[in-house]
Amino acid sequence: MENAKVYVDVLVNFDNDGTMSPVDFIWEDGEKYHVDRIFARERCASRKAGGTGICYTIMVNGKESHLYYEFDKWFMERRCS
Amino acid sequence: MERIILHSDANCFYASVEMLYHPEYAGCPLAVGGDPEARHGIILTANYIAKKKGIKTGQALWQAKMACPDLVIVPPRMDLYLKFSSMLREIYGEYTNLVEPYGCDEAWLDVTDSTVLKGGGRKIAEEISRRVKRELGITVSIGISWNKIFAKLGSDYKKPDGITAFTKENYKELLWRLPAADLLYVGRSTRNTLNCYGIKTIGELALSDPKFLERLLGKMGLVLYTFANGWDESSVSPQGYEAPVKSIGNSTTTPRDLENNLDVQIVLMALAESVAARLRKHGFKCKVVSISIRDNGLYSFSRQKKLERPTDITNEIMKAANELFQEHYNWQHPIRSLGVRVESLVLSDIPIQLDLFVSEEQREKQEKMDQAVDEIRRQFGYFSVQKAFMYQDKALASLDAQSSHTVHPIGYFNGR
Repeated sequence: MENAKVYVDVLVNFDNDGTMSPVDFIWEDGEKYHVDRIFARERCASRKAGGTGICYTIMVNGKESHLYYEFDKWFMERRCS
Repeated sequence: MERIILHSDANCFYASVEMLYHPEYAGCPLAVGGDPEARHGIILTANYIAKKKGIKTGQALWQAKMACPDLVIVPPRMDLYLKFSSMLREIYGEYTNLVEPYGCDEAWLDVTDSTVLKGGGRKIAEEISRRVKRELGITVSIGISWNKIFAKLGSDYKKPDGITAFTKENYKELLWRLPAADLLYVGRSTRNTLNCYGIKTIGELALSDPKFLERLLGKMGLVLYTFANGWDESSVSPQGYEAPVKSIGNSTTTPRDLENNLDVQIVLMALAESVAARLRKHGFKCKVVSISIRDNGLYSFSRQKKLERPTDITNEIMKAANELFQEHYNWQHPIRSLGVRVESLVLSDIPIQLDLFVSEEQREKQEKMDQAVDEIRRQFGYFSVQKAFMYQDKALASLDAQSSHTVHPIGYFNGR
């Protein structure tokens, strides 16, 4: 089975009050995506990818997606076709 | 006002965390096991599928593999479990500041004062259970009651992912039917003693004559009687409360089984050196020395003795440990693990009664020598200076007990 957990490079913005928000991320194929909107930020486990983190529910190219901040790394869930 | 106390217990904690991180093993029997190379080859925790197939905590890895050939064994990742432990505590901390951890996977919460805001005990328990599942991806069992002991029994009552409330209305019906051995501080030997007198359930314990229990079990008899009747009034310590140092100990599973007195003495010396060094570092002396022994059949026991005068001298602790060993071990089996612990600590600068028949000059010299060794080791590393005695078996002596010691959960009584 293909690993459903994909670690990604993320460009992050810190506000002056310390709030952290992802700006861009690079998927494993090297393509760069821009985070258009952040809907929610909450701790959540991902059973599919395996792990827990601060889950950012984001809008990317008109689609909703999840980006997880796991202690010191970022991961996403692979969509299984 | 009646207290509302929750006891939350993370089900198969290590295994559940590993299950979350290994979705590819979903539906498989999985266990977290020590490193077989270093001979810490035992099962630490197994998931429910593995438990159904007969896997038990403490089993040797090879035994487990025999009982369940398709068992997946993953090595432990303590740092990850500790992160989960602190995330659990963060969630608890949103409901009360009175959170008393018991080991890394259990905690008591006194939510009496939070019910105004957050709803009753069961509502809070349900919310915590739901949040842990969603946010951490593991499950907890929660017990609710008016005292810590019954709350803990409640969290054991329904696993996994259960919530059980023992109220003053239902406890006689439900909780009193549980075996007395489920009670905190009823171990194998207490259970056997109680069994001899036909006391098998908590209810039977609660209805026994306290004077009889005291004769049978000493002070603990009365404590258990109180526990069984739900009269335990000990409070849940506030978050961040740390018990004062009550004892210092080291134990180790040796690289090979110990076969004779010399083997044992080498390991005891390593442990005594480490314990004594930590005593000196914290500025304590001890009045009691105890040793624990586990043989290769995993049967274990401990024995302790009182010293005539407080000490932090390595050789004196070693001597006491060795005497205990000689007195209490008959070499029926080789030994797998040994521990040395010192208790009844006093500050090292308290005045003591000098003894006419012991050379205080000699003791002072020993103390100075120990301090010199500590200083050398601090500067140049543990193995820079060693007792010649240790060179009789380098493999055994190579254990650097001091830097590999572990932290054990504090006891229920918190030294009170």
